[in-house]
Amino acid sequence: MFLTISTTGTPERPATDLGFLLHKHPDHAQAFATSYGTAHVVYPEASARRCTAALLLEVDPVALVRRGRGRGRGGAPDAALAQYVNDRPYAASSLFAVALGGVFSSAMKGRCKARPDLVDQPLPLRIEVPVLPAAGGPALVRALFEPLGWTVTAEPVPLDAAFPSWGDSRYVRLVLEGDQRLARALCHLYVLLPVLDDAKHYWVASDEVDKLLRAGEGWLPGHPEQVLITRRYLARRWSLTREARERLELVRLAESDDTGVEEIDNAVPDDTPDEIAAAAADGTAGESAAGRTAAEGTVVPDTADTPHAPLAPGGAGVPGTADTAVALAVQRRAALLDALRTAGASRVLDLGCGQGKLVQELLKDPRFTEVVGVDVSMRALAAAARRLRVEPSSWPTGPAAAAGERRTGRVRLLQGSLAYTDGRLKGYDAAVLCEVIEHLDPPRLPALEHAVFGAARPRTVLVTTPNAEYNVRWESLPAGRVRHADHRFEWSREQFGTWARAVAARHGYEVRTAPIGPDDPEVGPPTQMAVFRRTEQTKGAQAA
Amino acid sequence: MTGTAAEPAASSARRVLGVTDLCLVVLVGASGSGKSTFARRHFRPTEVISSDFCRGLVGDDENDQDATRDAFDVLHYIAGKRLAAGRLTVVDATSVQSDSRRQLVRLARAYDVLPVAIVLDVPEEVCAARNAARADRAGMPRRVIQRHTRELHRSLRHLEREGFRRVHVLRGPDEVAAAEIVRERRFNDLRHLTGPFDIIGDVHGCSSELEALLARLGYVDGRHPHGRTAVFLGDLVDRGPDSPGVLRRVMSMVAAGTALCVPGNHENKLGRWLHGRKVQQTHGLTETIEQLDREDEGFRAQVRGFVDGLVSHYVLDGGRLVVCHAGLPEKYHGRTSGRVRSHALYGDTTGETDEFGLPVRYPWAEDYRGRAAVVYGHTPVPNASWQNNTICLDTGAVFGGRLTALRWPERELVDVPAERVWYEPARPLRPEAPGSGDGRPLDLADVAARRAVETRHAGRITVREENAAAALEVMSRFAIDPRLLPYLPPTMAPTATSRRDGFLEHPADAFAQYAADGVARVVCEEKHMGSRAVVLICRDADVARERFGAGAGAGAGAELTGALYTRTGRAFFDDPAVTEEILRRVRTAIGQAGLWEELDTDWLLLDTELMPWSLKASGLLRTQYAAVGAASGAVLPAALAALEAAADRGVDTLELLARQRDRARDAAAFTDAYRRYCWPTEGLDGVRLAPFQILASQGRNRAVLPHDAQLALLDRMVEHDTSSLLQTTRRLYVDTGDEASARAGVDWWLEMTGRGGEGMVVKPVEAMARTGQGRLVQAGIKCRGREYLRIVYGPEYTRPAHLERLRSRSLGHKRSLAIREYALGLEALDRLAEGEPLWRIHEAVFAVLALESEPVDPRL
Repeated sequence: MFLTISTTGTPERPATDLGFLLHKHPDHAQAFATSYGTAHVVYPEASARRCTAALLLEVDPVALVRRGRGRGRGGAPDAALAQYVNDRPYAASSLFAVALGGVFSSAMKGRCKARPDLVDQPLPLRIEVPVLPAAGGPALVRALFEPLGWTVTAEPVPLDAAFPSWGDSRYVRLVLEGDQRLARALCHLYVLLPVLDDAKHYWVASDEVDKLLRAGEGWLPGHPEQVLITRRYLARRWSLTREARERLELVRLAESDDTGVEEIDNAVPDDTPDEIAAAAADGTAGESAAGRTAAEGTVVPDTADTPHAPLAPGGAGVPGTADTAVALAVQRRAALLDALRTAGASRVLDLGCGQGKLVQELLKDPRFTEVVGVDVSMRALAAAARRLRVEPSSWPTGPAAAAGERRTGRVRLLQGSLAYTDGRLKGYDAAVLCEVIEHLDPPRLPALEHAVFGAARPRTVLVTTPNAEYNVRWESLPAGRVRHADHRFEWSREQFGTWARAVAARHGYEVRTAPIGPDDPEVGPPTQMAVFRRTEQTKGAQAA
Repeated sequence: MTGTAAEPAASSARRVLGVTDLCLVVLVGASGSGKSTFARRHFRPTEVISSDFCRGLVGDDENDQDATRDAFDVLHYIAGKRLAAGRLTVVDATSVQSDSRRQLVRLARAYDVLPVAIVLDVPEEVCAARNAARADRAGMPRRVIQRHTRELHRSLRHLEREGFRRVHVLRGPDEVAAAEIVRERRFNDLRHLTGPFDIIGDVHGCSSELEALLARLGYVDGRHPHGRTAVFLGDLVDRGPDSPGVLRRVMSMVAAGTALCVPGNHENKLGRWLHGRKVQQTHGLTETIEQLDREDEGFRAQVRGFVDGLVSHYVLDGGRLVVCHAGLPEKYHGRTSGRVRSHALYGDTTGETDEFGLPVRYPWAEDYRGRAAVVYGHTPVPNASWQNNTICLDTGAVFGGRLTALRWPERELVDVPAERVWYEPARPLRPEAPGSGDGRPLDLADVAARRAVETRHAGRITVREENAAAALEVMSRFAIDPRLLPYLPPTMAPTATSRRDGFLEHPADAFAQYAADGVARVVCEEKHMGSRAVVLICRDADVARERFGAGAGAGAGAELTGALYTRTGRAFFDDPAVTEEILRRVRTAIGQAGLWEELDTDWLLLDTELMPWSLKASGLLRTQYAAVGAASGAVLPAALAALEAAADRGVDTLELLARQRDRARDAAAFTDAYRRYCWPTEGLDGVRLAPFQILASQGRNRAVLPHDAQLALLDRMVEHDTSSLLQTTRRLYVDTGDEASARAGVDWWLEMTGRGGEGMVVKPVEAMARTGQGRLVQAGIKCRGREYLRIVYGPEYTRPAHLERLRSRSLGHKRSLAIREYALGLEALDRLAEGEPLWRIHEAVFAVLALESEPVDPRL
């Protein structure tokens, strides 16, 4: 909520020219009303040698929360903004950028009637932002500003001096120094403050793409981080409706448990590039953010649910194989389809369908006459519905709603849970559990086992799960870590085989396991699959 | 047929016709044979429906043959209604054609009553003479009566084959006149027997276990000194080591009148074998046959007679109790049909078979809403438990389980363990899916979609679909095993918004609210500065396994003795070893305090607060609270310096500067406020647990125990803790009607919150209170401290302008939510206490979680 812009001058070119450029007189304190509070401009120093303008935004935290009222509880879909306790009154956030753009709009556009000659002159500028929220840390701050010609100082702000073990906060104290045109410098701040803040505000206007193009003119197209800048900047927009529609119940459950919503609403990764591509009309973001996400460390290898599962660990190919270009997720789907065809299945359940990639593949083959995607996450189902063009209104959740379920052609999407038996799942030829079991706590596996093998009882069941032994081959995966933050366990081939055989024996199935991906002679394949086939009802019928 | 009734001829012998007290009596006789007169003499007018009357109803003319078809529709409809209501019904129509009788037999079967035929075989001339004497029938052609008589005689031999279970033929007017009807009680109607009973589940030849159980029940040589009656639920034989021994014992008790017995499917099959029919010798019949082969023919004949005489089910104790082998829906109680017998012996199967090839049973008990308790066996379950006033007592004695008896009307369970596994079960007795130990595993239909949960304290509570959907995700992905999650704590509303200067919440308003609700005495409990934690603690791992199914399939290897979970059902600690260590310390304190014995339990469910808050909420503290502290701490000095410099230059910034100084002061106060919730912990050092309520113990809902008694028990627990884990809950009692007492409460709160305390919770001392109108009163009202509220409403909330706006908060929804969740929580505890199956408990627990996602201001 605070920054200073300083310049130095000479008697011929006094520093106080800054006042002309900013359209704000150095000797007056001036106040401007903005949407979220009052912005003040004062000059702590104003001499020919040195002139500093300070912009202070007094955010009204109560108004901030109450503004969003009327959209469900508390209104604002951004969980942080629904809180009276938030950093907006203190940090140079995207709100601050909005105020900056308002207060200095003429300056940003490079207009100066009084001294038009000044506009195109680079000035020796020093911009200080004491508290800049920086998702990505000092490194990203430098990566964003240095290519623009700034000398960057970015020092992390400690979280709490009383608790040194907590480490640094997400804020940095930023100092930019360099010879820049003022209008351009303001544009840098206007675009990059929200990008670093990376918070999502639903009130961002619908012409945001135009604004970005305008403010980025002359410097954004050639910026090495252009993709990241565009994606983050526009991310604030597309998240708007999704937030409001899908997350609020989970937000409340997270709040009631003092946890962050991202801890429980994590069934679908947050950045879905195809939507960003759709949002960016000119396609600047279209060239896939896949590479970026990996660099930001939000994605670990081999997540079936991730729309952009990396091709291979560490950006390299799968070691020692020719078909390195085939993503593991693609190979997994191919293997599952093969197994389903071999089994002669035509009515198939995808249990834990996530965003519906496998369902989409299945629908390409007409032999699969009915495909049912089941997931416990409403957000995942919403993503699947978009992908499959299934009407994204409401999904039936219980058997009572069976008549109103969403169905388009051969596909059906249901909210369901394998922690419960579910009559709707009976009578299918095959069920696929693709990268699902490892997302359950081990004590809850018996319930899944019963729901699938005891109650639903399809003729064929396909289960895939990571092979933990293979993890040593993922260069980017620290030793002892699992591949995805939500994996509750990862099994070796031995462990998986033991489980699969026991399940088969308990429920009258026979089972074989098969590798997916290159079968490393030492550690096996990256993914392992078990193919269960129901045997005839061998155990003698018996009444109690 | 009016006015022509023949007087009984003196020469005729008296003829007694037995008629079951609930049946469909079909009178069969030609026109003029005297049916209506007979019906009038022997039955109440309302019991008789005549086809003539129905013809009149639909056609204004009792003899209008054109109306016959409609008349019979009406007749069948009325008869159906009467039979459904359990009333004896007499059909007065000629019924000489097999076609018309077939419809009546079908009607009787549809309502599961016996069809009884009474034939009035009167000579044609007599009929004709009677008709001739009646003006309305004088014109009836003689050939009609001839045809009737002919058809009647043709039918006589076939009546039983047609399905009539009793056929009485009265030949000639004299026999008709001499007939006397005696209503006989149905065999299954033993309502006049009031016991007390000891109802015993499937024995399956486990003679030794049966003798042990009878001894435990107090029987001496088949007779109870206090005259109790044993009731056997069938499946006495097969699989076990000594079926003849069991039969000998049961047959002698039945003969002596000290026992009743209903047949099981195994007796039924044995009976067919004893009659020389071909039966498959499976499911343990082979063993029984071998055992019976060692007995003499006399014994086998005795068994045959015994089995033949068994009645499918009994209605006992004034209609309050129904016993049968496989369970029975209410519409079959006291009824008599093949269908009823089949259900009583085999249960209602859906025709599907499960993975072991066993029939999938229709869960009739889930839909049961009947008044009578139904006690049955047939399907082995690990534990006998009540569900909708039904209970299955087959606890798999022959499979190495237990032999179980239910004392009636005491409703106490008594059991003895099996001496060994006598027969390997085809299906594991205890599958590992949660809930399978109590009838069946959890089903999505128990929780999903919009549904209403019936509670005893607040009626039906509705869960909306979107809330259930969110709860399903959290429950499925993050919660602990539902077996270890028998309760979730309700939310709590804050006190009414205070108008006092500088305060948003103040205890005086809470006292006033309770006084208005008619609660005279409240307890103020210190609000601990931690996270809500529910503790399920068992005396040992065996108890956890047997009572809650803990550890089954956990895979972790370590044996669980309970659980420690958050208000959304998540495990508090990722590492089960940490949980176990806390449980160990609590268990030691409970043991030292002697509470296991005093509360007569092997497990306790506790509501507690776990401290420090930073232990669990560290993510929130860092990302939200500390972040705000860091940001304000770093930016405000810079801003102040700039403003001061500008002021020094003569720029008018004084007002702005003053505001920023206030802002800095508030931010510092905020940082102080959240820091109180953080302290470093090393392992469990520094961790504190403050129990403030005992929720449940074996067979008891303890949440209804008054808080003073609660706290006395908990104080002892804390005193006996030597590990410095447990922390007491400070409290003060206040009389809401007494000004001085209320003032003392306010002072206590001011003092506590002045030192940085979070605040307090005010509760009715009596725990569960109702208003004068019978409405449930809030279980607690929180009054949060002025400083604490900074971390809820923001650092600057105490400024008058902010406070004024914040006062417009609306509490209605929060209060309603708190009451609904409270009632659901009590319901879960009641269901737990009464030993209801897991799905019933889980239904209520799940609803609490779902309601937590309702749109309520989270700052309340």
